[in-house]
Amino acid sequence: MAERSFAAEVKQLTVPAGTLFRGDGILAVTKALLECGVGYIAGYQGSPISHLMDVLSDAQPILEELGVHFEPSSSEAAAAASLSASVMYPIRGAVTWKSTVGTNVASDALANLASCGVTGGSLIILGEDYGEGSSIMQERSHAFAMKSQMWLLDPRPNLPAIVKAVHDGFELSEASRTPVMLELRVRSCHLHGSFMTQANIRPKFSLRQAMENPVRDTSRIVLPPAAYLHEHEKIVDRWPAAVRFIEERKLNEFFDGDLNDIGIVMLGGMYNSVQRALTAYDMADVFGNSRIPQYVLNVAYPVIESEVLRFCEGKIAILVVEEGQPEYHEQNIHTILGRAGVRTTIHGKDMLPRAGEYTGLALKKGVGKFLARYYPAALANAVPLGMPTVAAQAAAAQVSRQVGTVGQIPFTSTAAAAAATATVMIGATELSSVVPVRPPGFCVGCPERPIFSALTLVQQDLGMHHIAGDIGCHLFAALPPFNLGASTMGYGLGVSSVSALNVAAGKRSIAIMGDGGFWHNGLTSGIGNAVFNKSDGVIIIVDNNYAAATGGQDILSSRAENEHRSTFHPIEAAVRGVGVEWVRTVDHTYDVNRMLVTLKDALTSDYKGPKVIIAQSECMLNKQRRVKPQVAAAVMRGERSVKEKFGVDAAVCNGDHACMRVSGCPSLTLKSSGDPLKPDPVAYVDDGCVACGHCGEVADAAVLCPSFYRTEWVRNASAWERRLHGWRKTIVSWFQSRQHRSLNARALYSEKL
Amino acid sequence: MITTRRLGADPRRPISIAILAMGGQGGGVLVDWIVDMAEHNGYIAQSTSVPGVAQRTGATIYYIELYAQSHAKFKGQAPVLALMPMPGEVDLVITSELMEAGRAMLRGFVSPDRTTLITSSHRDYATVEKVVPGNGVADAQAVFELAQKYAQRFLHDDMQALAHQSGSVVSAVLFGALAGCGELSFNDEAFEATVKRGGVGVEASLRAFRAGAASARQSFKAQVPVNPMSTAPQPLPARAASPEVEPLRARIERGFPQPTHAMLGAGLQRVIEFQDVAYGSEYLDRMADLHAHALRCGDAQNEYATTVEAARWLAVAMAYDDVIRVADLKIRVERFERVREEIGAPAGEVVGTTEYFHPRLEEIYGLMPPGLVTWIESSPLVRAQLVKRIGNGKRIRPHTVRGHLTLQFIACLRHWRRRSLRHVNETTHIVQWLEQVKTLLSVDYQLGLELIRCRRLVKGYSDTHVRGNSKFDRLLLAANLLNGRASAADDLVALRKAALADTHGEQLQQRWALLGLPEG
Repeated sequence: MAERSFAAEVKQLTVPAGTLFRGDGILAVTKALLECGVGYIAGYQGSPISHLMDVLSDAQPILEELGVHFEPSSSEAAAAASLSASVMYPIRGAVTWKSTVGTNVASDALANLASCGVTGGSLIILGEDYGEGSSIMQERSHAFAMKSQMWLLDPRPNLPAIVKAVHDGFELSEASRTPVMLELRVRSCHLHGSFMTQANIRPKFSLRQAMENPVRDTSRIVLPPAAYLHEHEKIVDRWPAAVRFIEERKLNEFFDGDLNDIGIVMLGGMYNSVQRALTAYDMADVFGNSRIPQYVLNVAYPVIESEVLRFCEGKIAILVVEEGQPEYHEQNIHTILGRAGVRTTIHGKDMLPRAGEYTGLALKKGVGKFLARYYPAALANAVPLGMPTVAAQAAAAQVSRQVGTVGQIPFTSTAAAAAATATVMIGATELSSVVPVRPPGFCVGCPERPIFSALTLVQQDLGMHHIAGDIGCHLFAALPPFNLGASTMGYGLGVSSVSALNVAAGKRSIAIMGDGGFWHNGLTSGIGNAVFNKSDGVIIIVDNNYAAATGGQDILSSRAENEHRSTFHPIEAAVRGVGVEWVRTVDHTYDVNRMLVTLKDALTSDYKGPKVIIAQSECMLNKQRRVKPQVAAAVMRGERSVKEKFGVDAAVCNGDHACMRVSGCPSLTLKSSGDPLKPDPVAYVDDGCVACGHCGEVADAAVLCPSFYRTEWVRNASAWERRLHGWRKTIVSWFQSRQHRSLNARALYSEKL
Repeated sequence: MITTRRLGADPRRPISIAILAMGGQGGGVLVDWIVDMAEHNGYIAQSTSVPGVAQRTGATIYYIELYAQSHAKFKGQAPVLALMPMPGEVDLVITSELMEAGRAMLRGFVSPDRTTLITSSHRDYATVEKVVPGNGVADAQAVFELAQKYAQRFLHDDMQALAHQSGSVVSAVLFGALAGCGELSFNDEAFEATVKRGGVGVEASLRAFRAGAASARQSFKAQVPVNPMSTAPQPLPARAASPEVEPLRARIERGFPQPTHAMLGAGLQRVIEFQDVAYGSEYLDRMADLHAHALRCGDAQNEYATTVEAARWLAVAMAYDDVIRVADLKIRVERFERVREEIGAPAGEVVGTTEYFHPRLEEIYGLMPPGLVTWIESSPLVRAQLVKRIGNGKRIRPHTVRGHLTLQFIACLRHWRRRSLRHVNETTHIVQWLEQVKTLLSVDYQLGLELIRCRRLVKGYSDTHVRGNSKFDRLLLAANLLNGRASAADDLVALRKAALADTHGEQLQQRWALLGLPEG
């Protein structure tokens, strides 16, 4: 069960044609897929398209009724390969994932698919995780489209345009026998807006028909000589077909303006931000009526030569707005104009940032430079722009790293550090050293926290080790307070990223992998690889029941009934199946002492070979979502239940915060000591506590501090429990009143203020 | 500050609203409410966010643009709405926590000619603030001051507290504050109807909404809130609550100048509570001695800073944290009440606690007389037995008879305490420290004063205590080494700050080297 339920939202998927549909970008795309008669959908979750997978999961009954097959794939490669069904059969298929990481994983299948071409429309929906809020390396998906010659759509960021792009994408794919990528930026995925619906349609050709009437054609298999043929098909047949379709259907848009000798060329996704930059100079109004002519590339690839030439006719200069790098459009337009002998000057990355997100401010500055050169009148009333001050630059400079061997450039130069913070430190820079950073971290009660507390304590004993991280929530251990983990090389690659560190040494390497990464590919690339190459390292697999970081989707080892999927496949069986002999499953990660002993055992054991520790406890976020309503209902029914919470005695705590350095729990926080003799704030457990017990455990395991306590409140206690409690109270009270008298005899204040 | 500004009238630009919230604060719900309300009341609404992994406790920025349908109809075109806030062009910035208001300003979203900043003034501390061994809390004052400067209108209140009182979350109070600020052209009915349409926890949300709206209409708190971490002693009472303590109270009144009374009172209370009235007497003896010395070194000209600081830190040193004190604090009747209230249980409910005790051998030794410790150390068999008994710590339940008796017994060891090894060691340490303070006061008043304050480093239990103690010892050494330098006191302050900044003393080491102090 995913973290968020879309049960209410998916009802909108069945509204009749002509209804005004309100929702976010993801939901709109889902509706559009159904309107297009899609036959099957596959994908792998990850921000910003996790919700697409969740919506589809929750829409299972609707999909079944329409005859649409949906599969949460085991990886993006698996999802991409499923498009194979559209090679010979006229079935529309769609796949989705987080890009560029997912596209990296999928590119083997995509390259094969793009080579042989398709019959049924094939749409690849990419959640372009670039810019603010992104959790991955900053690259563009554009290159994948170019290298395999798939077409790339980048529609204007509004719901009607996004929905239209889905419709256009399938048709373009079929018209040119080429898979089409549809790129949605983070903000577009989470964009709330509205569009007018069309009717859902059933797939014209069903998967069942395909299975019962198989078709094959050797020329559609990537094998010589067909592979050579495919390359020529791409250039001679498919490309011109795509260009024709794009031209005829006017997928790209031209907007006129009275300043005819200049123009702006932009990706569709940049459109709204560019308009806002233009309004700052009174060059456009709020409706996008612009004085400068604009050419909007809703199709990012291929670039249509004839359209570029038409747009540039009679223009002195154009500005190409293309986020990220390298600047493919700028280069492409140079080639087109150069060949045609057109003398228009092309600006782009000379006026706009060469790297980084094109924020409103970055665009405002870039457009300002262009106007200053070609239409200075526009700048007459311009408001001066905020610039990073010396203070902000100095703060940024602290990020620079001067590590490396002699003669090497620094990892981060002062200039790079300053460029990276230029868009986030422009206002009250006096605050740059005041406002604390808030990186993501483990949730309240997260079962992964104790694993890293134990690892911290083990390293205090056995010294620092090389620890490799992976992708998943556990990567947050790399940040304060744990500061554990030296690398991340990709999803499921935590274990293989220590494969070189496999020689005789005084310490063993430690690799961490989540259950998501494990099933994605870690079982083979990590565990299998370690067995085969006789690794002597220690491997920690974090088994929390779900693909937790992406929103709690079920996976093979999930321990929850799922009507549509097969779960309950233990990781331990899989690990043993590929030949690991040393396996320990810790089925309650909160037991820090047990975790600690197991880790120590693995790091010091005489056994030679990979040592796998499976650290197993349910993701607390999902557990709470599941259990909380059940408990509340049980209490309402009058059933006995125990409510637990942790606390800290302010008088006992003395404000060293050692507990926080080995915990980092959001609900373990600070408050005033309330004691004039203690100026430092003390620890405090707030209402968010879910009584996982970690703070107490760790205080115990680390021999830290006796301030922690666990409170238990027996709701709907039995008569016997109440009676026992009464007896206890009588006896305890007698002692307490004795103590009270003694304290009163030693009291200076009659009342503590 | 009251405004008559109504947003949305200008057809040239949409209303621009940025919301900064942290995971779990309901920022998404707030956005949904605003969008839903706008759509039901004649506006075109667009919202976006970049949650990414920020839902896992990180900070998220949401952005909303609203545009009146009537403007669009008049023009016959749909507006092009932006997906991210443009610095300098945001009308309303709503932040769910004080430092997020700071972040909004840092990002340039708050501008003096345009922006109304609405924020909850409470703090949710970030990890980087929490892990500091001393006080790592960010400077709230700076945010308040700059908000006055950067925002056209600045509305703040502790909305977390208002939410708590209403049984709801901060987002509902913020929604109320948005209504109360009066800048959107929707009346309270429209706001409340939106909450009702949401259908979840409606009653509590409405209570919180109304609290927020009322608060904003009173222009929130005009003054800057006091530092939530500040602690001040209460005045010395005119009479002691217990007749046995009265002579000591009177002694403070007679023997010390008025400005030192409050802190001496707090200190006295601590040590007599820790041990007994005689121990309080001992405390005042030491204080009188130090005070007399300090006066000769110019304490009166320094507002008795040395006496006040010594009153605080000597009490902390004398009432050191040991198992006896912990047990004593754990079994008090007020504590039982507090614990019950914390979990939200009404009186009479079955509530109990489990306490985590994990004393090391050193702590057990601390309770014994020095001779006994020597004997155990010489007998491996007895030592091994003792280690085995301590084991992996004890879980004690003070609401049960057995647990309570255990803790009562430990607390009663108070009467035995003065003969324990720990007490002997602590006392020796205190005497040495005070002697050094006195010596330094004579030559460099400020240095002596700062050395008293260095006692702040000694805190915690077990390893933490050992670490703090060793840092303290290093500062004692440093004070002697610095003695004679013109900047000695400032240097010692810098060393103390460095020592409190991290756990293992890396910064202390750096500062040490920077000051050119000898190693060893």
